[in-house]
Amino acid sequence: MRELIFGKLTFDALPHEWFTEGGTFFMTLTGLALVIYLTYTKRWKWLWQTWMTSTDPKRVGIMYMVVASAMFFRGALDAAIIWLHQSLSSGSNPGIMNADHFQQIFTAHGDIMVFFVTMGFLFGLLNYIVPLQIGARDLAFPFLNTAGFWLYAAGAMLINLFFVLGGDFAATGWLAQAPLSELQYSPGVGVDYWIWSLQVSGLGTLLGGINFLVTILKMRAPGMTLMRMPMFVWTSLCSMVLVISIFPILTITITLLWLDRYFGMHFFTTGFGGNPMLYTNLIWSWGHPEVYVLVLPAFGIYSEVVATFSQKRLAGYGSLVGGAIGVTAFSVLVWLHHFFTMGANADVNAFFGMMTMIIAIPTGVQVFNWLATMYRGRIRFTTPMKWFLGFVSTFTFGGMAGLLLASPAADFQLHNSLFLVAHFHTMIIGGALFGIFAGITYWFPKVTGIKLNERLGTYAFWCWIVGFFTAFVPLYILGLMGATRRLDHYDTATGWQKLFITSGVGLLIIALGTAIQVIQIVVSIRARNKNRDETGDPWNGRTLEWATSSPPPHYNFAVIPKVEDRDAFWVMKQKGLTKPKRYEDITLPKNTASGIYLSICAFLVGFAFVWHINWLAIAGIIGGIAVVIIRSFDEETEYVIPAAEIKRQEERHAPRT
Amino acid sequence: MKKYTLGFVLSIILTLAAYFAVVDKFLSGFNLTLLIVALALVQLCVQLYFFLHLDAEEGPRWNLSALLATAGMILILVAGSIIIMNNLKYRHNVPDTKTILENEAITK
Amino acid sequence: MHPEHNSGKYIFGFWVYLMTDLIMFAALFAAFAALRISTFGGPTMKEIFDLPQIMIETLILLMSSFTCGLAMLAVFRGKKKLSFLWFGVTFILGLAFLILELSEFRHLINDGQSWTRSAFLSSYFALVGTHGLHIAVGLLWILVGLYQIKTRGLTPFISSKLVRFSLFWHFLDIVWIFIFTFVYLMGVAT
Repeated sequence: MRELIFGKLTFDALPHEWFTEGGTFFMTLTGLALVIYLTYTKRWKWLWQTWMTSTDPKRVGIMYMVVASAMFFRGALDAAIIWLHQSLSSGSNPGIMNADHFQQIFTAHGDIMVFFVTMGFLFGLLNYIVPLQIGARDLAFPFLNTAGFWLYAAGAMLINLFFVLGGDFAATGWLAQAPLSELQYSPGVGVDYWIWSLQVSGLGTLLGGINFLVTILKMRAPGMTLMRMPMFVWTSLCSMVLVISIFPILTITITLLWLDRYFGMHFFTTGFGGNPMLYTNLIWSWGHPEVYVLVLPAFGIYSEVVATFSQKRLAGYGSLVGGAIGVTAFSVLVWLHHFFTMGANADVNAFFGMMTMIIAIPTGVQVFNWLATMYRGRIRFTTPMKWFLGFVSTFTFGGMAGLLLASPAADFQLHNSLFLVAHFHTMIIGGALFGIFAGITYWFPKVTGIKLNERLGTYAFWCWIVGFFTAFVPLYILGLMGATRRLDHYDTATGWQKLFITSGVGLLIIALGTAIQVIQIVVSIRARNKNRDETGDPWNGRTLEWATSSPPPHYNFAVIPKVEDRDAFWVMKQKGLTKPKRYEDITLPKNTASGIYLSICAFLVGFAFVWHINWLAIAGIIGGIAVVIIRSFDEETEYVIPAAEIKRQEERHAPRT
Repeated sequence: MKKYTLGFVLSIILTLAAYFAVVDKFLSGFNLTLLIVALALVQLCVQLYFFLHLDAEEGPRWNLSALLATAGMILILVAGSIIIMNNLKYRHNVPDTKTILENEAITK
Repeated sequence: MHPEHNSGKYIFGFWVYLMTDLIMFAALFAAFAALRISTFGGPTMKEIFDLPQIMIETLILLMSSFTCGLAMLAVFRGKKKLSFLWFGVTFILGLAFLILELSEFRHLINDGQSWTRSAFLSSYFALVGTHGLHIAVGLLWILVGLYQIKTRGLTPFISSKLVRFSLFWHFLDIVWIFIFTFVYLMGVAT
């Protein structure tokens, strides 16, 4: 009877180790503080109406950024623990924790940084910027957008829930490699938490992908042909095409793993004819394109930043577009390079090796485009521009290491070594994360109307660059010396400890950089009267997001701009900006809480399956279906802002040029 | 109405053809496989044309483009997986040295 | 022919969703292809597939795709009763298909050949079962659609939803052609 109601959930699941107790304590404390603050300032209604149920992509974008920032600190804390353990755990010193716990931490670190930090930041930027850049007032499917965000948030909650209930996370590496992730070898709930947090947030990502694809293809302002789209829109489009192509594979792959664990199927088991390598094959046919999903929008950000701060048109726009499309196409043809050592024959390995090297060409083309854009430009070395230059040097460095790994013969030596770890950190941090930082500093004045402090931004940048190389160059060297990834203990005679410690010093410098970034935001907002930008166009920008006030009104543009050329706003400025003579009524989507209800149901289903509480899972599924059906009856999903109201708002807030 | 009926009749003919090709075995082995796969692909086109009216799209043909891109992705995923997994199977169940030497064109 | 099929972000968005669904099926097909001969001493495909029954299932589904098309024609011509009738027929045919499929599953499980028996059977149940799950969702959708036609009539809002349903239903038929060919026919042929 008890099993019927609570499944596998017992009192043993409550926290009883230092890290779960600490995590639970911290989360409870933060939650409690928030509740008290909101109640004290009477902001519950405000939170619900202006934020949680909002369908405005700008607000959804900011919520993505907030969740991603919180998850960034969680992931960074994991990184610090990994480093601390590895620096100490040599010879007779056992380090700060046992092997099993260490494995859980590096698994969580990888998953959080990829799924909840980088993806979260990117979807945040996409939500805010893409509609503005294409001159639209909204996304194609506002309800799907909030549903996507809340599913992402539910996934983020599920991945942290093991602190409170269960106490163990997957100890399998960030992709839960089979057969280690099968029931036989991982009997705990850790892998189930992994499955369901990814499943729920992956569903959100898929909805987002469909939404942005349709938005970009169908909702552009009049005159904005494909070849007049800003580069960020182009690379976002490519990234979303990849999301649509690969996230279904992830959904199916982890569903199959779950079927193995829940229903005793034999897809990836070691017995009964199952094939663990099939898991590796499927998960990487999602996993490799995924890194391009992360890095492509960042390429778009760099394109915007370079053109704006070189005060020039992008050099070779056509080849940049071609490069982005080329990267997209080739990225689905390289997945086997993650398992060269599986034992395929020379033909197969050579094919995927060559494809991997070829993909460097469209990537390289884009790098040269950016350099050519700077050539003879009047460059302003602002913080976003510095992040771009940092990216070029770091990313090229990491790319070279990638080319080495692309050779199957070399890969047999370097596979699963710290060299590989250093390589992909160089690509993700140097490529995607620096792009996100560039994007945040570049668009912060648009989002808030306040420019960020340049001096602190520069300090943060230098901390990151110096810290990054101090942290990861030792890992390249360690990898070549034979240190494997996921190493929880090593012999003193290897002489690796010095390098591990050096790497940790780099991490501290990076932490300093992150602290400065936080201070930068706080300081800039506190001195907002000095830093305020009232023109809506602080950088002398080129694309449409700068054509409206900062922060943009709810409806983005009082009058939808007409696009006549690439760099639409720049062209408009050359011709002289004019005030619109008359305004028209604007139709916008209403708020909806259906997205939240849907994600609560998804959360309950995930939680129920983790703990084998079948009635709750069925209830959650029925609830989710009910929300969708009820929503399908709703015809009044939009409201109208009258022209007079637009006129009033525009007179108060329009950019003062 | 006419278009749907024609599509329906064609689909039935194609389905029955594939069914009886297998049941009555008037081909065998690889040729049979080829035949039924070809019949399935023809039926795919029939249904796309007669039931989903893919030809009626106006302006930029995003529906068709999306379908073609998806077809490419499916081909890469399924064919790639089959090649990779079969290759692995062959390499892991080593039957005898002679077969390997022959298949890999190694001469002593 | 029908402008509703091709214009509008809703139809295109749903079309893109269908593309993602196709890729999900592709991943299941890939798993099936890799595991189809991994019977681990259990039954092989030849031993368990009852082709005549599958053929009947196929014809029923094909017929339901056709009646769904007829229902849509009635929708475009604004004939409420006729569309109601044809959707009703589609529902009954879909239900018949699902019952036949479930009886096939039950038969296998009663013979001790469930998904736990071998990797082949796991992949078979997962692939065909996912299709069946989609059919079940489609049936629920028809019920909601019938209710909406009855209470609100064939307004543009309702018609647009029905167009999307018909796309979904035709797609399930197309996926079934491939299951019929690659799973059943090829399973018996080779």
